[in-house]
Amino acid sequence: MEELKEELKGKIIEVLNLEDIEVSDINDDDSLFGDGLGLDSIDALELIVLLDKGYGIKLSDPKQGKAIFESINTMADFISKNRTK
Amino acid sequence: MAETFYISAYTTVFDRQVAINGEVVYSSEASSFATFVKEAVKNIQVDYPKFYKMDNLSKLTFTAGEYLLRNRATVEDTAVILANRSGSLDTDSRHWETIQDETNYYPSPAIFVYTLANICAGELCIRHHLLAENAFFVSDGYDAESLHAYAAYLLLSGKASRVLCGWVELFGEEYKAVMYTVERTGILPHTIEQIDQLFLI
Repeated sequence: MEELKEELKGKIIEVLNLEDIEVSDINDDDSLFGDGLGLDSIDALELIVLLDKGYGIKLSDPKQGKAIFESINTMADFISKNRTK
Repeated sequence: MAETFYISAYTTVFDRQVAINGEVVYSSEASSFATFVKEAVKNIQVDYPKFYKMDNLSKLTFTAGEYLLRNRATVEDTAVILANRSGSLDTDSRHWETIQDETNYYPSPAIFVYTLANICAGELCIRHHLLAENAFFVSDGYDAESLHAYAAYLLLSGKASRVLCGWVELFGEEYKAVMYTVERTGILPHTIEQIDQLFLI
């Protein structure tokens, strides 16, 4: 699980073009949206693509995203339970 | 008697250089536009994370706007008139590349949202709180006559007290931005000939 969390941090930084942010700057329970990393709605769509492209998970209900993308912890937990690749 | 307007400041961004009022204030040896433009905004200590998510046309527009408007008071009733030749073709091409492989079909939302040329005008307005009307034109070449007429109309009609005009052309590694503000006071006469001259500087 720890490996998955580190991998996720790296992918988020790369996919979302987070300048001047290192993997070590993101805590597992930091909020990804709002006051945390300050991601926006387009970033949320990119995270949905990331789940599909990287882990074979298609979100059938976009409303699920709010809970799944709360933090690295919640993302990693969801991916580990639902990944197909 | 017709009212006289002036170009209050102008900036150019091309060939890895940024100039303000004709004076080069930043130059780089960067090998790509992406590197050059990133260094150019860092050079003036711009802290704006959204910049790094923009497409290259918006980065070019944003950079020209930063240099043109920095250290100047915000004028909310500033109108924005931008134009270029290639529209958003650079980003359209990047989006097209993401949808060519049916077995690896993952269009990027972050790229797709920039497949409209006028998004760069929106980025400029958001950044500098410019609330008057804005327009983006795609034309074969730098059209000083139209830019002049539209800016004068906006000022005369009272729809804006400042007009930011610009040519922001980018496709691949070819780019050029010429951006200037028009007001009731300034450093150069707001004439078609002068606007043409800015493009040649």
